[in-house]
Amino acid sequence: MSFGEQLSTLFSTYNVFEAFWANVQLTFWAAIGSFVIGAILALMRISPVPSLQFIGAAYVNLIRNTPLTILMTMAILGVWTQFQLQLVSDFEANFFIYAAIVLSIYHASFVCEAIRSGVNTVPVGQAEAARAIGLGFFPAARHIIFPQALRGSITPLGNTLIALAKNTTVATVASVAEASGMMKSMIEFNSDLIFLIFAVFAMGFVIIVVPIGILTTWASRKLAVKR
Amino acid sequence: MSSSVLFDTPGPRGRKITTIFNIAAIVVLLAVLAYVAVVMNRQGQLEAEKWTALFSGYAWAYYFLPGILSTLKAAIIAVITSVIFGMIFGYMRLSTNAVVRGIATVVVEFFRAVPVLIMMIFFWLFLGQFSVFSPSQLPFIAVVIGLTLYNGSVIAELLRSGVKQLPRGQGEAGLAIGLTPSKVLRSILMPQAMMTMLPSLVSQFVVILKDTALGYIISYPELLASARRFGSGEGNVLQTLLLAAVLFIIINFALTSLATWLSTFLHSRSSSGVKKADGIPGEVDNANPATIAMFKIPKA
Repeated sequence: MSFGEQLSTLFSTYNVFEAFWANVQLTFWAAIGSFVIGAILALMRISPVPSLQFIGAAYVNLIRNTPLTILMTMAILGVWTQFQLQLVSDFEANFFIYAAIVLSIYHASFVCEAIRSGVNTVPVGQAEAARAIGLGFFPAARHIIFPQALRGSITPLGNTLIALAKNTTVATVASVAEASGMMKSMIEFNSDLIFLIFAVFAMGFVIIVVPIGILTTWASRKLAVKR
Repeated sequence: MSSSVLFDTPGPRGRKITTIFNIAAIVVLLAVLAYVAVVMNRQGQLEAEKWTALFSGYAWAYYFLPGILSTLKAAIIAVITSVIFGMIFGYMRLSTNAVVRGIATVVVEFFRAVPVLIMMIFFWLFLGQFSVFSPSQLPFIAVVIGLTLYNGSVIAELLRSGVKQLPRGQGEAGLAIGLTPSKVLRSILMPQAMMTMLPSLVSQFVVILKDTALGYIISYPELLASARRFGSGEGNVLQTLLLAAVLFIIINFALTSLATWLSTFLHSRSSSGVKKADGIPGEVDNANPATIAMFKIPKA
């Protein structure tokens, strides 16, 4: 078989695009989820309220030091199996939502730290000026600090998004039909084509990840606050 | 910490609001914990024997300790091989030869873009086609190779950006006293870059340790896998997985504290200052010294 034939046999027997589509969808939903949770956590950690600071710090330090694989296993074997918590009636969609929630919870801690490091790029004078014109904590955060902080945190946020896109492969633990599981079964049935199959999946991730990197580098330069 | 920048020392009204928020936050936290406890109790998850089983000598001797040992074994070997890989490719990325630099760039960028799990599955199934390694050793080898290729590439990038962050005068001074470019890299730039990047390097070790848990998917009997086996046998999966998570958190916490301590301890050892470790997975920021200076906020 020629190279082209091998490739077309693989693509006609297995729906590689559908598997990657699951990873892309997981990335999309978990990116939204983790950004929302992470922004709330960042707000808690920079707030003047000690108990909120403590809860935010505890969340970040606990989640960040736990392997994603354990969280995923815990959600499926712990929460789903033990508590019978069925989120939607459809079996496959249920696992997909579980995986998206776990990915959101895990990456929220990194989003929080990314935003916080962005807050650190805002010079003291900005906050002092905001206070001087009479803005309180929330108005100052919303109008002065956060817009600048978000621009400063584009690079770490982009890195978190890249990590998230790659970590969607762990959803295979939650039996979501995605790329890494598909690669495993493809190699098991076509062990002679192992290099070709690996190349296809590796390139798939390069195609997903590299543009995110280029885009965030471009955006962080373009949106950088001139000081 | 810059957070104090956002608000003044609170006055009487501010303190009152803070107290209200404090109480509200604690009430909400307690309510959530109570709800979790009620739900767990209803499902019988709080029964004493489900928890006491975790601390039996049998559980530790046959499940948790062997699990921790194989997790640490994979992590330590992967740390060593990644540092070696990272140093080789770090040097190559800074080479004056464009071909060497190009090859290293492609290799490093490729392995940083491919998920570790994909590499682990590939090497596990690929090496299984030969009878060189015994089947019981295969998952271990695949875990170490997968971790090495990814984390080694990240370390190569760390070293490169560490060298780029050094003041230009360092390299120029080396050239001025007649050292060759490669000698400058080896004896002046790299040692300082390693000092600068040591805290970030230690945070990368946290990533390595966490990612050994991916070995569970390719049947490597590490901590998560043995915790799961014990839990399935005793009917307390949730509890054993919680314990496994706590064990990971303890080890990682020790490593993170080490990184923080290192960054203060080594601060004076490099001419670009030692970067604070931040613990974002695989983060290499190519910040120049000016950006780093921006991160340092003067204390009022």
